[in-house]
Amino acid sequence: MEQLLSLFVRSIFVDNMIFAFFLGMCSYLAVSKNVKTALGLGVAVIFVLVITVPTNYLLQTKVLQNPEMGVDLSFLSFIIFIAVIAGIVQLVEMIVERFSPSLYAALGIFLPLIAVNCAIMGASLFMQQRIGMQPNSSQYIGSVLDAVVYALGSGIGWLLAIVALAAIREKMAYTIVPKPLQGLGITFITVGLMAMAFMCFSGLNI
Amino acid sequence: MSLFSKANREVLTSPLAKNNPVAVQVLGICSALAVTAQLEPAIVMGLSVTVITAFANVIISLLRKTIPNRIRIIVQLVVVASLVTLVSQILKAYAYDVSVQLSVYVGLIITNCILMGRLEAFAMMNGPWESFLDGVGSGLGYAWILVAVGFVRELFGNGTLLGLRVIPDSLYVENGGFYVNNGMMTMPAMALILVGCLIWALRACQKEQ
Amino acid sequence: MDTNKNSYTIIYASVMVIVVAFLLAFVSSALKPTQDQNVELDKKKQILASLGLRDLDGAEAVEKAYSEAVVCDLVVDSLGNVLKDGKNKDKDGFVVPQKEISPSCLPVYVCKIKDETKYVIPMTGRGLWGGLWGYMAINADLRTVFGAYFSHESETAGLGALIADKPFQEKFIGKNIFAEGDSTGTPALCVVKNGKVEAGKDKTQVDGITGATLTSVGVSNMVQDGLKQYVGYFKSLEQKR
Repeated sequence: MEQLLSLFVRSIFVDNMIFAFFLGMCSYLAVSKNVKTALGLGVAVIFVLVITVPTNYLLQTKVLQNPEMGVDLSFLSFIIFIAVIAGIVQLVEMIVERFSPSLYAALGIFLPLIAVNCAIMGASLFMQQRIGMQPNSSQYIGSVLDAVVYALGSGIGWLLAIVALAAIREKMAYTIVPKPLQGLGITFITVGLMAMAFMCFSGLNI
Repeated sequence: MSLFSKANREVLTSPLAKNNPVAVQVLGICSALAVTAQLEPAIVMGLSVTVITAFANVIISLLRKTIPNRIRIIVQLVVVASLVTLVSQILKAYAYDVSVQLSVYVGLIITNCILMGRLEAFAMMNGPWESFLDGVGSGLGYAWILVAVGFVRELFGNGTLLGLRVIPDSLYVENGGFYVNNGMMTMPAMALILVGCLIWALRACQKEQ
Repeated sequence: MDTNKNSYTIIYASVMVIVVAFLLAFVSSALKPTQDQNVELDKKKQILASLGLRDLDGAEAVEKAYSEAVVCDLVVDSLGNVLKDGKNKDKDGFVVPQKEISPSCLPVYVCKIKDETKYVIPMTGRGLWGGLWGYMAINADLRTVFGAYFSHESETAGLGALIADKPFQEKFIGKNIFAEGDSTGTPALCVVKNGKVEAGKDKTQVDGITGATLTSVGVSNMVQDGLKQYVGYFKSLEQKR
């Protein structure tokens, strides 16, 4: 239990997808102009992460690198992971469209974007790396439950980051910024300063 | 039509500055920031992306007339993922130390938006040679930003370049000098701020032209 | 040709999958031996680094130095029993994966440097961000450190990551493992905050890294936990003398 809590808190604050690993930057910068859409994308990311990471965990441990199978197929992991992600995103899109049109109206436009969001692929690759870590490490992922908790934490961390940036950018629209720095430049510097603030979490001993 | 006609040269060089994928189109930043704490991984990453973009472009461009439209994105992803797997296997076999440093970021080339962007926007509509040039150009445009950021971060963060000491030991405070490494440079946050400044500089220059 | 037909799409996808799978399987199996060799070589380099043999150029130099320095790699347990004698080199202690090191399975590398016996023991621990590991070479007196090597999964570059550098590791050379006059068998060797070495304890305390307190604490715990497991083996060695 303690291990799960620590994994959860760490993946939100310490191992934050944006501020520590820069994952999902493209959509992070492109869709953070206002809080409402940012929230929509954030929720969609959590949703997809929580489904894909445990699925890929099972594939990795039961099929690709199962000691009982005797064949090491881990060289196929990139292709399998990306196929699972693309497939699941597509499936989720269809299911949501069929059963909950209101949710589809809110999330629909973001789902295709997510298939190539590095945060999703990144979470699966980190999961793969963490399986190989020492079990006493608080980053270790050793069961499906760990994978779910890790995915949820990473997703929430990503949501926090994008909503915070969107809120800042909404305010920044009223600020005078040197011309060449406008838009992208100042956004980068803002994210940099936010990352610095998040760095103080790295001292958390959990 | 010659191989290096004006139009082709334009295809190759425009991503280096005017249409830089990182600074202007804001693509592929994820990995651009994470691997630049030192120069060596930045160079390897830049080269890997250049090679993968170029070859993925050529392959997709050769196949472009046969690809069924409905599974177009999946075909592109499979081609990219296979190339990335190849590169990652080769790195593991011949450049083990660097592959350890790059860790998951090699795999993340798959979701590098530059690749998918170039495949979808250029290779699907142009011949193999133009696509190759476009891939090399985009890759190099990405690579030079990485190398520039990596250069600054390693120089000021560690006082070394490619692992070799550049700032002499005698200048350091411990040895009676005045210089201290800027630990901030090695932090993730600084990469973002440096890229921000780079974009600033690039945009300021271009306006003057 | 109509590329939008269902049959065409399905055949296209299947052909693509088969081609890609064969290509990747071929490349992967062709490169596998080189990759495995790299992993082994990396491990050997780390063991040699703990013995002070660093900056070896090329695979051959590493293999040569390793075969000269390391006599055998045994597996012992924390009570001091030798489980595998390691006469068959690189097959016993060497193949134990880091994750499986436990009180009932402890690899030891017995080495000879200039005709003096050294014992290299592996250790694993946890730093600020992720796992730490290392090797410590111990002199034949089983009391003093001959050399050490540490590395890490993901410590902060420029701060915690400095534990992987020579200057920090060399601070361990010549330190005592046990406190003076202490016969309890608890290792006293530890890392303290930079500049906080207590008077009279400088033989067992090592200066930490400024700005990387938690990584330093991680190394300290790793060294103590690692050494503790081997105390039983050291005692049994001493009794045999």
